[in-house]
Amino acid sequence: MKRRDFILKTLGAGAGVAAGATIGLGGYHNLMGANPGMPQLPHDLVAVKGGDPVTMFDKAMKSLGGMKNFVKQNQTVVVKPNIGWDVPPERAGNTNPNLVGRIIEHCFEAGAKKVYVFDHTCDKWNKCYETSGIEKAAKDNGATVVPGNTEGYYQEVEVQGGKSLTLTKIHELLMESDVFINVPILKHHGSADLSIAMKNLMGVVWDRGYWHRNDLHQCIADYCTYKRIPDLNIIDAYRVMKRNGPRGVSVDDVIMMKQMIVSTDIVAADAAATRIFGEEPSDIGHIKIADNMGVGTMDLSKLNIDRVIL
Amino acid sequence: MRLGVLKKIRVGISLVFLIILFAVFLDFGNHFATGVINGFTWPQFIPSLLKFMTVAGIATSGFILITIITLLFGRVYCSTVCPLGIMQDIFSRLFRKRGKGKKRKKPFKFTKPQNKLRFGILVMTIITFISGSIFLINLLDPFSIFGRLINNLARPVYFGANNVLSGILKEFDIFSVASIEFKGISLVSFGMSLAFLALIGWFSVRRGRLYCNTVCPVGALFGLLSRVSLFRLAIKESRCTSCGLCLFNCKAECIDVKHKEIDFSRCVSCYNCITSCPSNGIYFKNALKPAKDPVFETPVDRTKRKLFTGTSALILGVTSGLFAQKNIKNEKPTTVPTDREYPVSPPGAGALDHFNNTCTGCQLCVTECPTQVLQPAMFEYGIWGIMQPVMDYHASFCNYECNICTLICPSGALLPLKLEEKKFTQLGVAEFIKDNCVVHTDNTACGACAEHCPTKAVHMVPYEEGDGKLKIPEVDDKICVGCGACEYACPTTPYKAIYVNGNAQHVKAEKPKQEKLDNEVDYKEEFPF
Repeated sequence: MKRRDFILKTLGAGAGVAAGATIGLGGYHNLMGANPGMPQLPHDLVAVKGGDPVTMFDKAMKSLGGMKNFVKQNQTVVVKPNIGWDVPPERAGNTNPNLVGRIIEHCFEAGAKKVYVFDHTCDKWNKCYETSGIEKAAKDNGATVVPGNTEGYYQEVEVQGGKSLTLTKIHELLMESDVFINVPILKHHGSADLSIAMKNLMGVVWDRGYWHRNDLHQCIADYCTYKRIPDLNIIDAYRVMKRNGPRGVSVDDVIMMKQMIVSTDIVAADAAATRIFGEEPSDIGHIKIADNMGVGTMDLSKLNIDRVIL
Repeated sequence: MRLGVLKKIRVGISLVFLIILFAVFLDFGNHFATGVINGFTWPQFIPSLLKFMTVAGIATSGFILITIITLLFGRVYCSTVCPLGIMQDIFSRLFRKRGKGKKRKKPFKFTKPQNKLRFGILVMTIITFISGSIFLINLLDPFSIFGRLINNLARPVYFGANNVLSGILKEFDIFSVASIEFKGISLVSFGMSLAFLALIGWFSVRRGRLYCNTVCPVGALFGLLSRVSLFRLAIKESRCTSCGLCLFNCKAECIDVKHKEIDFSRCVSCYNCITSCPSNGIYFKNALKPAKDPVFETPVDRTKRKLFTGTSALILGVTSGLFAQKNIKNEKPTTVPTDREYPVSPPGAGALDHFNNTCTGCQLCVTECPTQVLQPAMFEYGIWGIMQPVMDYHASFCNYECNICTLICPSGALLPLKLEEKKFTQLGVAEFIKDNCVVHTDNTACGACAEHCPTKAVHMVPYEEGDGKLKIPEVDDKICVGCGACEYACPTTPYKAIYVNGNAQHVKAEKPKQEKLDNEVDYKEEFPF
């Protein structure tokens, strides 16, 4: 529904709409950190290769024991894809819309009460939402698409473990929702070297300029010391932008890699994705810093990895 | 024939024009096809005339139709097509004081025309235009004034209301109404709009269409034309009982009941006289049939001239005062100022000369621009270009995949560009200032500019003075389109480390060169971990 249609209808329906929408003012009860009661997972990390995003995601979830290990009955979920640019899926600037749709489907099957999708975009937000195909995929699967275009949606929080980044404003949905699922796309990045899971979290904060001004790699790692980090990271490496990132110039920047990395450890997920991109994790500033700060591990040899080749 | 139906038709058409144009200027333009918007701006006299001077054709000939109608029936334009005229009617309907008995609005009186003033302004407008300045047209074109009133005064109110509603709904977990980021007010444009609203509002409530018959150059021009109109409203002396009802309802105050004459040069064709006359005494007189023609020679009313000059001085005083207060200071300073040689004009402007001499500052492009990068100019184009749209890269940047401003410009200041053409139209060129750049000053990674660049004209290259891993921006002038994404994204203050210097003449940018990547991936190969 268009925004203004909505206004008109709201004015018309009046109290009816308001009454039908008293789905609770979600409190900030999830600031305690990762989803409590998460069971021991069969693997630390799953890598899948050779299928379409939906098939690969289904495989990965099967390997990790299903979405019910992450989403409980009646919980609210935030799915945070990369929707940064006004480019279509073939350009691989944004997360694959089919993958986003499938994740939402899994969440609802696991009993989610509500699933929200948003990003703080770089290009004009509503154009990004539309052109990326993610708005449609999300709505078709019953998710609520939320804007992140004005400062009013963001709340200031203290990043206690941060070195350069100690205060930042994060999207209020993150504070209000039970589960936080991070769905980045793997791509080249002119300033952060690679944009993967940690870098994708720049889309949950308001003032990105601060990060750029105050040691970008350090800020990216700093944010991950904050208590509200993703409960699950699903890295889309189906189409991968190999150069000119993060926006890309044309489809010539993109190659078809047909891979996916899923992990609860954001540093490990980024390290694995870095490898499949063809780089060394220790060469990527923010991955190395995050590993040093103890956010997670980039040493993949220590992990129990499920490798699935379709 | 029952002429009363004319008023109904007039009111119907005028409301459609007013509502559509109001909606378009408010923020709802993206709900209309560009063809619809262009349809409603097509007959707007001054924009159409200017566009015709740039690209003559059917699509720009609205002013010819309006001229013909005026020569036939008088100033039909003023009460049906002109949104500023219709808006004044609404003002006077809503706010005009009640007369005795409280049932009826205070009646209008016949007044003498302000010929020297109105024709003086018309002559000055024409002379300055011929001598190369569009300034007075920009200032006085009624369509553009209307656009600015809505854009500068009503639109912020709408944004505020939208955001309040958005905030309330958000609390109920409804996110369908997104809040709108407001990129700020251009003080000159805002002040001017406020001053015009005060002037026009006061005139319309007190004296009906006084503005149209004293200040508006289009009104004055049509006033001249309608003196020779083929059909003119007149009073049938045999039927007139001198009751004065026609005059009481005449917003132009142009009916002389005593002499049973209508000053048709001031008549805005609202047809109130026709419907208010109890004895059907108003009719269209064919000018070709001999009859005595009224002559209007009256001394100028000096009080109103003073009033006008006084108001103008006030406008200038207030706006320059506001401007003086503008102060850009920040706590974390960069050192090298970014002085643009030329401001960046919108896509489709072609050349600054053409643009500055054709744009009437209606700000339709400003309201249509999805990113709000188009803002009314302060003094970027100099004092004579105030209120014309300028690319403000501190407010936002030009969406690479958008060409809407070029498609809807009513005056031809912006000429249509196909999206593919627009993508390679270089509005200006990014200039990198290393001494302001975070990479250079702090020795840390940044690259926000290169991230946002749609063509990679701004790209990162190894930074020789750094630790070997750092990269610093570099600009390829040939493929830069001047969209301003780099400048907007640059985090340094008060001066950016990269800014776009406008092109006085837009040129074609080269296409980015792209080599094919090796796309061979073995999907059965083991993972590298």
